[in-house]
Amino acid sequence: MAEQLAEVLAPYRGQRGATIPVLQKVQEKLGYLPEEAISEIASFLGMSKSEIYGVATFYAQFRFERQGEHTIRVCQGTACYVQGGRRVLDTVQQITGIQPGGTTEDYKFSLEKVACFGSCALAPVMVVDKEVFGRMTQAKAREILAQY
Amino acid sequence: MSTATINLTIDDQHVVARSGMTVLEATKSADIYIPTLCYHSALSPYGGCRLCVVEIENMRGFPTSCTTPATDGMVVKTKTEQLRDFRRGVLELILTEHPHVCLVCNRNDRCGPFDICLRSVEITERCVLCPNNKRCELQQVVEYIGIEEITLPYTYKELPIHTNDQFFDRDYNLCILCGRCVRVCQDVRGAGTIAFTSRGSLALVGTAFDQSLQDAGCQFCGACIDACPTGALMEKKVKWQGAAEREVLSTCPYCGVGCQLKLQLKDDKIFEVIPQQENEVNRGQACVKGRFSIPEFVYHPERLTTPLVKRDGKLIEATWEEALEAASKLANYKQDEVAVVSSAKCTNEDNYVAQKLGRAVLGTNNIDHCARLCHSPTVAGLAAAFGSGAMTNSIHDIGEAACILAIGTNTTETHPVMALEIVRAVRGGGKLIVANPRDIALVRYANLWLRHRPGSDVALLMGIMKVIVDEGLLNQSFVEERCENFDEFKESLRAFDLDYVGQITGVPGEQITEAARIYATNSPASILYCMGITQHSHGTDNVLATANLAMLTGNIGQPGTGVNPLRGQNNIQGACDMAALPNVYPGYQQVADPANQQKFETAWNCSLNPTPGLTLTEIFDSAHKKQIKAIYLIGENPVLSDPDSTHIRESLEALELLVVQDIFLTETAQLADVVLPATSFAEKDGTFTNSERRVQRVRQVIEPIGKALPDWMITCRLAQKMGAKGFDFDTPSQILEEITELTPSYGGITYSRLENGGLQWPCPLEDHPGTPILHTELFTRGKGHFTPLEYKPPIELPDTQYPLTLTTKRSLFHFHTGTMTRKVKGLNNILSEELVEINPADASSLNITDDDMVKVTSRRGQVTARARVTEATPAGVVSMDFHFAESPVNVLTNPAIDPVAKIPEFKVCAVRVEKNGSK
Repeated sequence: MAEQLAEVLAPYRGQRGATIPVLQKVQEKLGYLPEEAISEIASFLGMSKSEIYGVATFYAQFRFERQGEHTIRVCQGTACYVQGGRRVLDTVQQITGIQPGGTTEDYKFSLEKVACFGSCALAPVMVVDKEVFGRMTQAKAREILAQY
Repeated sequence: MSTATINLTIDDQHVVARSGMTVLEATKSADIYIPTLCYHSALSPYGGCRLCVVEIENMRGFPTSCTTPATDGMVVKTKTEQLRDFRRGVLELILTEHPHVCLVCNRNDRCGPFDICLRSVEITERCVLCPNNKRCELQQVVEYIGIEEITLPYTYKELPIHTNDQFFDRDYNLCILCGRCVRVCQDVRGAGTIAFTSRGSLALVGTAFDQSLQDAGCQFCGACIDACPTGALMEKKVKWQGAAEREVLSTCPYCGVGCQLKLQLKDDKIFEVIPQQENEVNRGQACVKGRFSIPEFVYHPERLTTPLVKRDGKLIEATWEEALEAASKLANYKQDEVAVVSSAKCTNEDNYVAQKLGRAVLGTNNIDHCARLCHSPTVAGLAAAFGSGAMTNSIHDIGEAACILAIGTNTTETHPVMALEIVRAVRGGGKLIVANPRDIALVRYANLWLRHRPGSDVALLMGIMKVIVDEGLLNQSFVEERCENFDEFKESLRAFDLDYVGQITGVPGEQITEAARIYATNSPASILYCMGITQHSHGTDNVLATANLAMLTGNIGQPGTGVNPLRGQNNIQGACDMAALPNVYPGYQQVADPANQQKFETAWNCSLNPTPGLTLTEIFDSAHKKQIKAIYLIGENPVLSDPDSTHIRESLEALELLVVQDIFLTETAQLADVVLPATSFAEKDGTFTNSERRVQRVRQVIEPIGKALPDWMITCRLAQKMGAKGFDFDTPSQILEEITELTPSYGGITYSRLENGGLQWPCPLEDHPGTPILHTELFTRGKGHFTPLEYKPPIELPDTQYPLTLTTKRSLFHFHTGTMTRKVKGLNNILSEELVEINPADASSLNITDDDMVKVTSRRGQVTARARVTEATPAGVVSMDFHFAESPVNVLTNPAIDPVAKIPEFKVCAVRVEKNGSK
């Protein structure tokens, strides 16, 4: 783990205030924040594991379990919801067999529920990794996921 | 702290407060109560619970009094109707997540332990079932604010109760998230074992990934329990015992910090120990040993309860009369055949009578104690440089330093409460330089870590000083006005250029330069050191090097400066002061000086031996050669604590008479001819002198266990048995009176003065306030003396046969040879055996993995222990503790000694490590 993170951590040496950017960079690299990474970050920043964990759990953006290869985010914001976002989510749950916050056993997909992407004009919206899919239907969800 | 005062009006009352106080502090100083939950006097203001709100004229809203500075002319109201409503609303919110059936029950004042309402509500979580019932701050606050009903919906969090950790349980269902435990753990202790996790309604106090406390790095200091206002954190053993009936203040019997502890009693039994808040030593803090282990060793079934005398090779029970008769045969030996080994665990009074017995009755100066093995180079070195071999400054002034150089001290493990001062200094913006071969906990806070090779301290410090001189960073005026012999010293620096120093120490030149600049330019700067400096065959040179460095930069005689040797045992300073040493009378008055001889001959009404005696290491060597034939040994365990154990054991076995006085049948006592059962610190009165020269009271808390007697009483009876006069003391305070008459530095210390807290020597007169900082205007010896130094390598270096360096260390969780701490279950559960720390590089070349059993062999012996593969120890170096009789590391260590101080080289010897089966 130390070698894996050395490159990511190097620019932040001696910066105790850099906890959040360091956590973001490490998550970007590993996909999540495993226990060993938290330990490594703690000793790098001269803080305790619990202090780092406390900061990380405060923010919704950090994950502590291994994520799937692709992250599916289904919007449940007001606009998407009234346009049938709930049905899109149900379908995705049905296809993948996981609940929001979960990851498939083969680590292919992780599923998240999101409050708003700011793309309300395209409602209902689904985002896979960084690709945005608008005006979703149940059928379209099946088609899109089949491509992965 | 400012002494200026300000005037306020609080609740129509005129209040004079100290400038710099908060409104809350000013209000409390006027004995006006404001409800608080997140406030704690040891922590910085937080403003989290919102209960301490007040109204202040010309200020909007309800400011929190704990975070608002008091200013002159302020008009404060603490009890208005609006405040009451506001507080009630806030408290109701807090109580929606805290069981409160009892808190709002109108029958509360009539409630008995088996009241019917225990069965009348389906949720049983309530005050009467809470271990903290009647001691809870939340109860007090609710009572003050007065809540009859909670209209908001109540949530019981249904969190699992953590009961798997040692010493205390955590029930976060009772937590009100005031953050006091988190803040004390992070801000005061610097540990950060716990933190707030998640947020909003999911927020909790906990560890990373909900690990056990031990895995999360907990020191088990118990500060969180003492900070918790509710029953969320409770010590397991006392959980259901309720409040104490009475408490007695005494001094901790473990390390040299001298924490003031309140021993809690119920039915005349000690059942809990709580650190005292109102003192200048530990300010409410303690460590795991002082906080949790005392009752267990004091009441341990293996305590010696009766004298023992050896008959037919076996120790059998005897009466005091028989045992003292047998022990009094010590008097049959000639002056050079007998020795007294006194104890740094015993009180000043115990040590005084022990050395008096040696000198006045046995006629010998062969008197020493374990200071020989820890700080004899300090006594020799600092006395030569400054004139006084003790910590120059006080514990609480370390936290004021702008720079701390911690060299050869693993302070967090060895002096946990002293380490809090380092944390305080760092949090206040001070710089920390750690010089240590091992990756110790302090490295986490350090601005710079110098990982020098064991035994290369002189080279490292001389290298730093050369940079300071070359770059002109020295304090010229201090050196010229207050010191001498600088030119000769400067000449000796010439050899220590960065290349040479780098070769010896393994530390890159730029780090040495950086250290020199940090230390020399951040004033005041304090040097802390411990066994890593002293336990070398050139220990005195190491000490002199630290003294040179402090003088060179003028870091002496001011708050936050100084050279501060951290003394290991509770009363090692006092045992030295009381002359449990071969060359001095009490107060470091040389025995070889005829004037002193005459003074003590008159006082003790006897003739005294003018020849300095043998040191501890020499006493055992001499016993091995059958020159010393009898030893009176008090409260020490040399079989485990002294180097080359096999040699020590043989020496003790060679004696004709060995009298051992202790509280347990130690490995050494098992070899004795007579064993005298002594009382623990809890069963006697007396004084201990801590590391900062502070004389503090030890108070008798309980009656002696079995037939045990206080050490001073045993020694006096023994002396009387030998027909000696001058030992008819009835109480330790009478002994202190004799001490103060003969010891100028203790002249003004009396038991009645000590009732108001400790006094730091020199305290020559009854109206003298004591001396927190030495050498303020003049050094004790007049001028500070620079000593030229050269680098001398350790005596035993690694070679092909013994390729690794062994360095000894110790753990937070055990003390010395474990006589007390190994009796404590919780401590053994945390650390139960020796772990040989070895670097992964060495481990892999030796095919050793974590947890393998390994054999460690030196030229003197072999021990077996479990390996811990870790980068904490550098490549080429293995480290071991000395707490475990099962793997006695001192079988391996080198008895080679420092020529001046006669301290053995515990910190460096050559060893070979081999795998010995697996797991």
